[in-house]
Amino acid sequence: MIEIEHITKRYGDADVVSDVSFVVQPRTVTVIVGTSGSGKTTLLRMINRLVEPTSGAIKLDGRDNRAVPAYELRRHIGYAIQGHGLFPHRTVAQNIATVPGLLGWDNTRTDTRVNELLSLFQLDPATFGPRYPHELSGGQQQRVGVARALAAEPNVLLMDEPFGALDPVIRAKAQEDLLAIQKRFGTTIILVTHDMEEAIHLGDRIAVMDEGRLIQYATPAEILARPATPFVETLIGTGDRPFRFLSLNEVGEAVEPGTAEGEALPASATQRDALAELLWSGRTALPVEADGKPIGRVTVEGLIRRAARPA
Amino acid sequence: MRLSLPVLLRLSALALLIAFLLRPDWFEPVLKPLTDNNAPVVYNQGSLLMLTFQHLQIVFIATLAATIVALALAVLVTRPIGAEFLPLSRSLVNIGQTFPPVAVLALAVPAIGFGEKPTLIALFLYGLLPIFENALTGLTNLPHAVVEAARGVGMNERQRLLKVELPLALPVILAGIRLSVVISLATATIGSTVAAKTLGEVIIAGLISNNLAFVLQGGLIVGILAVLIYDGLSAIERVLARRMGIAPK
Repeated sequence: MIEIEHITKRYGDADVVSDVSFVVQPRTVTVIVGTSGSGKTTLLRMINRLVEPTSGAIKLDGRDNRAVPAYELRRHIGYAIQGHGLFPHRTVAQNIATVPGLLGWDNTRTDTRVNELLSLFQLDPATFGPRYPHELSGGQQQRVGVARALAAEPNVLLMDEPFGALDPVIRAKAQEDLLAIQKRFGTTIILVTHDMEEAIHLGDRIAVMDEGRLIQYATPAEILARPATPFVETLIGTGDRPFRFLSLNEVGEAVEPGTAEGEALPASATQRDALAELLWSGRTALPVEADGKPIGRVTVEGLIRRAARPA
Repeated sequence: MRLSLPVLLRLSALALLIAFLLRPDWFEPVLKPLTDNNAPVVYNQGSLLMLTFQHLQIVFIATLAATIVALALAVLVTRPIGAEFLPLSRSLVNIGQTFPPVAVLALAVPAIGFGEKPTLIALFLYGLLPIFENALTGLTNLPHAVVEAARGVGMNERQRLLKVELPLALPVILAGIRLSVVISLATATIGSTVAAKTLGEVIIAGLISNNLAFVLQGGLIVGILAVLIYDGLSAIERVLARRMGIAPK
């Protein structure tokens, strides 16, 4: 659990972060969204003390993050940034082994962990381990950056626009990988982005920041249904709102009894995908299946009802 | 390594140099036309090989000392604690560079006597500036994301310096050392005016006895040494830079 309590950061006369408080539940993904200059990155960097707050406190599992020296604190918190920040003079394997090395792990344990992470990120350890970062593609570098952040099995992973430099196809893949890894390790992730779409897709909860203040802290559904201010509404983009709302839930939850013609959709697809498929193929209903067995159908009408603003 | 023309040229220069140092008498016919009145063709007041070693030794010691001091200064002034010493350090090494080595010799001899020491001091002072300025450039122009990542993974200040900042700045620092070495190789010859054992001895002997062959062989040995050492260090820089993915210049 991460408790952020009345955190303020002031540079000169300007409050970059102004009296922000919220609590991040363990094993969840929290996304901090805001425009540039909203203070979101500064807030993130105060968690691992790359920036020291002017006032307020941050507690990790009940312990003030100033209880240990900053560099020791950072060894136990993963940190991944845009442009990956890999050490260009060290191989991929050496990069990933950085924090285990600082923590004094023995070689066998470090090597095992490095190989495990490389395999997890679909990079063959024998091929990619000895390479230097500049020999990798942007997507591969980004994966190595996240692997390095996760190397010492941190409970908390901080990510500052980690996918900002990736093209849309690779970004979507990287997001899926991140969610899979979060489930696997149960890591608490705090991720900063300016992209509301990314926030809705990844976040269990979203913290919206503007001019250093926390405007709204809620689940994606809540943010979409009841944006706290016109600013949040602008970030969501009113034109996409119903579709984003549908993207939060799976088809399985919208299944109605009955049958329909055509190829079946898996129950795990999002309702947005289902609606898109219905609209594109010009049909009014689609069959849905789970584990290969038909479980009912979704209809345009049913989905449209679900896309409406909740009362 | 591909045996291209430049590589071949360097290898033959090296072979020529070694041959000349070991068997100078082989080259007598070539140098003969440069002498008058049956004067000796090859320097005969000491072994050329020994002089070359002594020359290199003086340059090596002076450059090593200059590297240690310049690097330490550059590291100090790029830490928050030493930032205010930056202007002072710059002035000091600039004075070292602008003060002519001959003047350093002239001032040092009365204080510490003839021999190697005045030359070492002159070369040391002369060699500081390129190393200091390059180290400063290298340590202040590190890629931001990488420095940030070094803090983010939990390296303390010493670890960041030794594991990230110095290795990343190494190609630029080496370039400074290379400049310094080449300057020192040439400048060391004047050390022989105050009785340091360097290849300058050959040149000075030639000037005194009006023996062009002496002047030429002394000058050529220094010149070839400088070119070969310059190229060797450049090659190391290129390997380091390429490994880091910095486009070779």
